[in-house]
Parts: sequence; structure tokens; C-alpha cells
Amino acid sequence: MKEKTMLQKQKGQWETLQKVLRYISRHWFFLVCSIVCAAATVTLTLYIPILTGDAIDCILAPGKVNFAELGGILKIMIFVIAGTAVSQWVMSVCNNRIAYYTVRDIRRDAFSHIQTLPFTYLDGRPYGEIVSCIIADVDQFSDGLILGFTQLFTGVITILGTLVFMFRENVGIALVVVCITPASLLVAAFIAKRTYTMFKMQSETRGEQTGLIDEMIGSQKVVQAFGYEKKALERFDEVNERLAGYSLKAIFFSSLTNPCTRFVNSLVYTGVCISGALSVISGGGISVGTLTCFLSYANQYTKPFNEISGVFTEFQNALACAARIFGLIEEKPQTPEPENAVVLKHAEGSVSLEHVSFSYVPEKKLIQDLNLGVQPGQRVAIVGPTGCGKTTVINLLMRFYDVDAGRICVDGNDIRRLTRRSLRENYGMVLQETWLKAGTVRENITMGKPDATEAEVIAAAKAAHSHSFIKRLPDGYDTVLTEDGGGLSQGQRQLLCITRVMLCLPPMLILDEATSSIDTRTEIRIQKAFSRMMQGRTSFIIAHRLSTIVDADVILVMKDGNIIEQGRHEQLLANNGFYAKLYNSQFADSGTGAESQVQNRR
Amino acid sequence: MKKLLFFLRDYKKETVLAPLFKMLEASFELMIPLVVQSIVDVGIANDDRGYVAWMCLVMIALGVIGLASSVTAQYFSARAAVGFATRIRHSLFAHMQSLSYAQSDQIGTSTMITRMTSDINQLQNGVNMVLRLFLRSPFIVLGAMVMAFTIDIKAALIFVVVIPLLSIVVFGIMLITIPLYKKVQSGLDRVLGITRGNLTGVRVIRAFHKEEEEVREFNEGNESLTHMQMFVGRISAVMNPFTYVIINGGLVVLLWTGALQVEAGILTQGAVMALVNYMSQILVELIKLANLIITINKAVACGNRVESVLEMVPDMEQGSAEEEAEIESETETGAETRAPYAVEFDHVSLTYPGAGGESLTDIDLRVKKGQTIGIIGGTGCGKSSLVNLIPRFYEATRGVVRVDGIPVEKYSLPGLRRKIGVVPQKAVLFKGTIRDNLKMGREDASEEEIRSALEISQSAEFVDSRPEGLETQISQGGKNLSGGQRQRLTIARALVRQPKILILDDSASALDYATDAALRRAISGMKDAPTVFIVSQRASSLLHADQIVVLDDGKVAGMGTHENLLRECAVYQEIYYSQYPDQRPVQGEVTA
Repeated sequence: MKEKTMLQKQKGQWETLQKVLRYISRHWFFLVCSIVCAAATVTLTLYIPILTGDAIDCILAPGKVNFAELGGILKIMIFVIAGTAVSQWVMSVCNNRIAYYTVRDIRRDAFSHIQTLPFTYLDGRPYGEIVSCIIADVDQFSDGLILGFTQLFTGVITILGTLVFMFRENVGIALVVVCITPASLLVAAFIAKRTYTMFKMQSETRGEQTGLIDEMIGSQKVVQAFGYEKKALERFDEVNERLAGYSLKAIFFSSLTNPCTRFVNSLVYTGVCISGALSVISGGGISVGTLTCFLSYANQYTKPFNEISGVFTEFQNALACAARIFGLIEEKPQTPEPENAVVLKHAEGSVSLEHVSFSYVPEKKLIQDLNLGVQPGQRVAIVGPTGCGKTTVINLLMRFYDVDAGRICVDGNDIRRLTRRSLRENYGMVLQETWLKAGTVRENITMGKPDATEAEVIAAAKAAHSHSFIKRLPDGYDTVLTEDGGGLSQGQRQLLCITRVMLCLPPMLILDEATSSIDTRTEIRIQKAFSRMMQGRTSFIIAHRLSTIVDADVILVMKDGNIIEQGRHEQLLANNGFYAKLYNSQFADSGTGAESQVQNRR
Repeated sequence: MKKLLFFLRDYKKETVLAPLFKMLEASFELMIPLVVQSIVDVGIANDDRGYVAWMCLVMIALGVIGLASSVTAQYFSARAAVGFATRIRHSLFAHMQSLSYAQSDQIGTSTMITRMTSDINQLQNGVNMVLRLFLRSPFIVLGAMVMAFTIDIKAALIFVVVIPLLSIVVFGIMLITIPLYKKVQSGLDRVLGITRGNLTGVRVIRAFHKEEEEVREFNEGNESLTHMQMFVGRISAVMNPFTYVIINGGLVVLLWTGALQVEAGILTQGAVMALVNYMSQILVELIKLANLIITINKAVACGNRVESVLEMVPDMEQGSAEEEAEIESETETGAETRAPYAVEFDHVSLTYPGAGGESLTDIDLRVKKGQTIGIIGGTGCGKSSLVNLIPRFYEATRGVVRVDGIPVEKYSLPGLRRKIGVVPQKAVLFKGTIRDNLKMGREDASEEEIRSALEISQSAEFVDSRPEGLETQISQGGKNLSGGQRQRLTIARALVRQPKILILDDSASALDYATDAALRRAISGMKDAPTVFIVSQRASSLLHADQIVVLDDGKVAGMGTHENLLRECAVYQEIYYSQYPDQRPVQGEVTA
């Protein structure tokens, strides 16, 4: 059983590696350059010990120094050195290119893939986790890759090159070297296997920690208001300690590679020394110079094993990160649009929901068999107690989520047969969560209509009553907003979101509790602008304001995912059902003013 | 960077022992060429096989000792590095939480996250590498030079030239690249910001079909990051070839000099070999040193950024702990009776840092214990600013805010905030169970207290309807709850504290009228009812308040009961009738 999972894990690693290679192979030209230069660098580097050995053989003893030959050898050495330097440089430039470009490509792919991921995925996990994947994991991966690339190539080629040179010089000593070195590989492989799990645990815990940081730092105000700092710190410390444990193990085990392989190297070195020295003594056709050459080969030959095994752990780490990145990139995207998807031009605005069922989690039914027909230009208000599924209806209309059963049609087209883009283009949406993009006020307003003229922008801002406060911002329409929209009040942010919709005016509108943070005076004006805007536009409104509900063509009263009442304000009041109860309850506790108001109404 | 080293204080032993053991290993490594020299000069020259075998045993022994000391060193350095990073992460997290609202607005969330994650990771890596290599490598380089001097002074002089030359190249490149790595990091910050923004605003982005533009913007940031990386990479790439040329140039000169010395009978062949070996040891160690310096560059850059956050002084001074005790005892006994007011605003004004004008001007307000105060006014009129002054989220620029008769700055912040339950505009819950979230209000809240908070906040029903009840898991940001549910839980959370002062900052906005009304009724029916501040735009939420404060552009436009205000305050009339148009009296009735 355990072996089977091991096997699967290895298979998983291999697959990840293949995916990485696919990314790398896009830069094949530099890859080839890098390989050629690596080969050149190594060959030239390996030639130096031979030349040095020859040189030492020219320096035997007083009176037995061959200056003429020595001079010749040294001249060749100078050329070889220059050549090595050049090819070394070209190689690292190529390697940088491969590594950085690959990272760039992966980030790009990951980011654009996020744009196609379904909301089930995005709503289902902390943002921090995804961010950590694209930023920290890719970075780790890149570090591993750069190191891996440079050293893997030169390492492998050095080993091969050294073998060739050694066997040419002396077969006996070469055999000694070849026999001892596998020990080095075994040690390295043994350690790498142990460290991979640790690195993976480390990477997972790190993701968890990033999620926590995102949550706590992002909502710092609440944390401070409740004096939760200590508890937050405790929670943080718990993860932090766990991370420390994994990190310590991961780092320590991976750092064993070097000393262990270095020890094996010293065994190789000693082996060369003894066999070399003995064969010099026994006159086995070896000079002291050749021994020098062999000793330095023994060094160079084992160093790459050192490095490759170092690379191996680094690579394991990088692979663990890569696995997470590819997990993201290969996450199943939202249902693709059918090939013959219809582009909804300018919708008439008739919307129908037919036997729609939907739930976020299969175990918990939410909307069941919902039916609704909306004529073009109708104003639909959705009311009901909190959590009854109002926001879910919006999620379905916009096709943020797909229905589980039944269908939703716009102008008679099943929305699953339309392009998402054209469907959403026909909706103008103001959400409860007022999200602004990091950028200027103008960029935020023109989001739905990038080519809007200055006059159009100002007109929209005036219509949404945001012009006056925008004017008072430090740089007016060019004021740069931070990602949290810092500096703007909730109400101002909402006004900006409304301006955004006001500018592009699509044929259908969705207003989700849009006016909850705006004072009633401003709201009255916005309502007026809205009613102008809603002329001839199908609108869905989730709001608690009487004014919106009273004027609506259809009021849907929802409870527990079902529409329990449907009709105009007066009808519903006359029915004296749930709506009437809901409507009247607001005055139950409001003191004299409201009572008199109720009386007035009667 | 220097101040960060303070975090190594608990790892003094490790910090000292790790490099020491590394140096021990290095000294054994430095002996190898001498052993080889004696093999050549003694063993081979005298055809002494026994001697050769003996020397080889010595070499193996040196290797074993080296291995042992190296493993020890690795362990100590890993411990120190991980411990160091863990502590910094802890302190940084604690520090970020102590920053004032104004300061954290200024730094920005995504920057804070980078500091906490990748920056500290780089630091950890840096410390680990430094402990392992920073002493070892220079030790071998200098050690090799010293050994060379013991062999032959004239040949050793070559080392004296080569080593400084190498240092100039290595450190020169380091000086050039440090500022560049800073730029790379800020490029990465930008990419992170875009990614985060994209995820938090995903609904809006998709609704406006902005995916392509987002991708374009990301690609721009990504490209410019890659360009910067390439640029720095190109400079760093010069290092290896340069060092290689210098060291091997040295080797050529060494061989020639060695030849002359041997000819003159000063050196033996084995000695030349040893010298060559030392030279090549320098190269290996210098390459390590160069890589190490790149890591250090990065780590120092990250360290400085982390430090700059740590150095931000929380810009709120608070009363010292002793004082708090004094205050507390005072409030428990005398002051409680002496100060009839729960909250006083004494001619308070507020100007936000960097803002052009005042957000609040000359607010003068006294609130008796147990009263309910309504605050109403247009968007941006300063309603939230006013209540934010009570728990001292922001500091009044003029005037004094008193809680229980004592100026807020005399309290320690936790001491002050313990008295206050805040329900913010934005309903934020944390990952964890509902119970965890409620207990955030007060750690030791009893089951009944939690229960009653749920009842009062009108959340008992939906909490009970969940199969897991209080143990229901809330996902990050409370995404699995509706806006209204979240809001009611945030109210429950504030109530669990059993606050003396309860601040509802427009917190009922996501609630329907029925729930809102029930909530208000429940609060006023509480035993030991707190002093309540309700910020709202709905007149209906405030009708029953003991006092309503009408704010207009940061100034008090009127104060009094609903009836008074409706009679006398023009701004209030406007607000009220905008919400109840059919109550608007016929022209002339008001004046009459």
C-alpha cells in the first residue's frame, strides 16, 4: 500500500517535471546555446589540469626544468582560460533567460487561467493561498530552476568529460574513481527522498500561514477593535511553530547532502592518491604531473555530484512548488462556451427562470424549482429575510454559477448558449461589496466603457452624485486609489460603483443592496437617476428601501430559496401574507414618528 | 538590517558554534595539500609504500572528522536560521497589529503580506547560508594564503595579489547589484498587488468582462519584472568569468615562478603541487562566496524592508500600564460616581493625516450612562469619524474625548477598548467556527452569555438552523454566510463583550427592517443596557434614541430628540422627509 503511494508520488513528480520541461522547451534556442556553451566551458575547464600536469612534469628538480616547453604550455593555458571565461558568460546569460522567461510564462498562464476558473473554486479557498501560489511558489520554483539548470548541465557534462579524459590518461586509476563514486549518488538520492516530503509539508504550511496573514492583516481594524491581537498572534504562532518544525527538518536534511557527498569525495581523492602514488613508485608509466592532474580531476569529478545532489534537493523543493502551480493551472475551468455560442447583441430584456434548482453544496439544497418570467423593462424587486437566496439569484442571472437543473433564458435564449461576455455586457451590476480597482478614479469609472469621453464621465458622475466629492479629492478624477480604496468612505465607494454602471447603461440592471451605505438624501437623488436609467430596462433590485419596493412591477418575496409570494406592492399588502408582515414590522418599534406615519398611510 | 540581528539573541550558541564547526572542517581541508606534498616528496621520492598508505589513512581520518564537524555545523545553522525567521515573523505580525489605522492604510495589505512571507523566507535562507559559509570561505581563502607563505614567500606573493583582485571584483559587483535587487522586489510587489486585486474583485471584473484587460495589466507588470530580473542577472553573470580569469591567471604565473624556484633549488616538485592545489582551493571557495554574496544581497534587501516596517513606531501613545491600574481603580470606586457621563466630547476636532480640511469640527457632546445616541447625516459627513474617536481608532486633533470621565489617551488601548463593543460598517468575520468568532469578543464568555448575545442580535435562529450550530465553520471572510447573517454575527460578537459602550456603525444596513427593529428592541431590553451609539442613515433606526446628533459636513447641525429636531432642525427635516415623503407637512404647517 505504502509502496503504491510512493510510486504514485514518483509518477506525480515525473509528470510535473515533464510539464516544466514543456515550458522550458519554448526557449529551445537558448537551451541549445546554453548546452553548447556548457560543453565548451567544461571541456576547456577540464583541459587546464592536463596542462597543469604537463607543466609540473617540466619542473622536476634543480637543473631539470624545461623552460622552453613550459613557456609553450603556459601560452596555451592563457588561450584556454580566455575561452572558458567567454563561454561561461554566454552560458549564464542563456540560463538566466530560460529561467526568468519560463517563470514569466508560468505566471502569465496561471494568471490568465484564474480568469476562467469557476466561482466554486475561487469562493472556496482563501485568496492568500492562490496569491502565495503565483508569487511565492513560482519564486521558489524559479530559484530552484536557475540553480538546477546551471548546475545540472555543467555537472553532467563535467562528469562525462572527466571520465573520457581520465580513461585516456590511465585506465587503472580511472576505474578506482568510477568504483567509489556511486556511493556519492546513493547518499544523495537517499537524502533527497527524505527531504521531498519535508519540503512539501513546509510549502503547505506556508500556504496556510499566508492565508492567515491575509485574513488577519486584511481585517486589522476588526482585530484591533476587539483586542483580538493576542489571540490572532496565538493562532499565528501556532502555525508559525509548526512551520518552524518543518522548515528545520527540511533545511537540515537537505543540508546533509553536501557534507555527506563531500566525505565520499574525500574517499575518492584518497583512492586516487594511493593508487596513483603506488603506480608512480612501481613505475606504472605515470608521472607526478599526471598524478596532479588526476587529483584535480578527482576533485572536479566529484564536485558535480555534490552540486547535482544539491540541485536535487533544490529541485525537489522547486518541484513541490511547481506541482502546486500546475495544480492551479490545470484546475478545471468553468464550463466552456459552446462553439456556436450566440452573441447577445442588445437584449430586449425578457428574462425567464424555468424550474431552476441550485445549491452551493449538494448536501444543502438552496433554490428549488424556481419559476419567474420577467417582461422587458419590468422592475423586479426581490425581498425576503437575510439568507433566503436573494444574492444567489444574482449569481445565477450573471452566470457566476450555473444552475443545477432547469434553465435561465434571456430573450428566449438559454444563457448557457450565450457567450458569457455578451450576457454580462447586457447587465449593469452594483454589488453589496464595493470593490474598486487600484488605479485612478477615472479608470474605475470607465471600466465598462473605456473609450468614454471626459464629458460622458462627468455627466455620469453628476447623474450618480459622485461628481462633487470626486472634485474635492486631491487630484480629482486622476486621484489614485489604493487596492483597498483607502481614503474613500463606504458610501463614496458605492457612489463610484454606481457611476461605473451609470456610464455604460446596459439594457438590464442588477442592484444588490446597492444603496445600503448611502444616506437617504443622496439616495433619493440616486433613486431618481436610477428610475430614469431604469426606463425601458429590465431591472433586478435587492434592497431594503421602501421606495424601490413600492414602485416595482413585480415583487418577489423569497424565503428559504423559494418564491413564496409574487405581485405588486398593493396586492401583496392586501394578501396580508409574509410580505405584509415583513413590511409592517419595520414600524413596530419606531416610536411616535413611525406610528403616525402608519396612521397617515391608512 | 542590523536591528534584525537582535532576533538571533536566543541562538547565540548556534550562531557561534555553526561557523566554528565549519572552520574546523575547513582547517582539515587545508591540510590535505600538505599531506599530498609529503606523499610526493617523501613517499614517492623514497619509494616508501608504507608511508604512502599511512598518509592515505591520515587523509581518511581528516575526512571523517570533517564530516562530523560539518554535520554539526549544518544542524546549528539550520536551527539558528529557522528560529531567527520564526521570531521575526512573530514580531512582525505582532508589530503590524499594533500599527494604527492610519499607518496600515499607508503601507497597504499586499505589501505587508510580502514582508511577512517571501521577504522573511529570503532572510532565513540568507542567515542559514551566512552561518554556513561566510566564515568558512574567507577562512579557506586566507588559510590557503598563509599555507602558501609557509611553503615559499616569493610564490605566496602571487596569492597576495590574486586575493585582493578577486575581492574587488566580487564586492564591486555586489555593490552594483544590491540596489537593483530592491527594484526587482518592488516589481514583484506590483505583480502581487495585481493578483490580489484580481481575486478580491473577481465578481466586478467578470461582470464588466475585464478579464482580458486584467491579463494585459498583469502581463505588463510581469514583463517589466522579467526585464529587471534579466538586467540584474546579466550583471551577476559577469562574476564567474572574471574570477575564473583572475585565479587561473594566477595559476599560470605560479607555475612559471615555481619553475624558477625549483631551478634555483629552493622548492621541490611536491611543493609546487601543493601551491597549485591551494590556488585551486581558493577558486572553489570564491565561487561559493560569490553565490553566497548574491544570497546575502537578496537577504539584506529583504531584511531592510522588513526592518523598515518594524521601525514604524505605532503613532499612538497610550497610558502606561500602571496608570491604567490607577485609572481602573479610580473608575471602579470614585470616578464612576463622579463622572455621570459615559462619553464626553469636549470641543473635539479631527483632521486626518494628509487631508486638506477638518473632518470633524468642534464637536461638543455629553452622553449619560445607558443612553442611546443616534447619529445621522449625509455620506461623508463624519458620522463614522465621530464614533471612531471613542475607542481611539484615530486621535482627536483638538479637544478631549473622555470615557467615564477620563481622557481616552490616559487609558491603555486594550483597557479602553475592553469597555467598548464595536460593530463596524463592513461585516468581517474570520475563518473558524461561529463560536470562535463570537469568543473573539471575550475569551471567557460563558455559554449563556453567547446564547443571549445570539438572541439579542437576532442570529439565534439561523445559527440554530445549521446542523453544526455554533460549531459551523465560517470560511475566510465569511463567504459562506449572507451579508445580513454576517452583520448579525458581528453584532453578537460585540455583545459578547458585555460592553459598557456599544457602537453600531451603520451596522444594520444589510438587515431588513423587521430584523433591524427586533434588534433594537432586544438591545434596549438588555439588563445593564450599555450606552449605545447608533450611526445610521435611516431615521427609523434612530427614532427612539434619547438624543439624536445630526451631523452636516463635520459639524453638529442639531441635537435633541426626534420631536425636537423635527420641529427645529432643517437638516434633520430634510433627511426625515426624504425617507417619509408622505409625512411631509403642507407648506407653512411647520412654521405655524
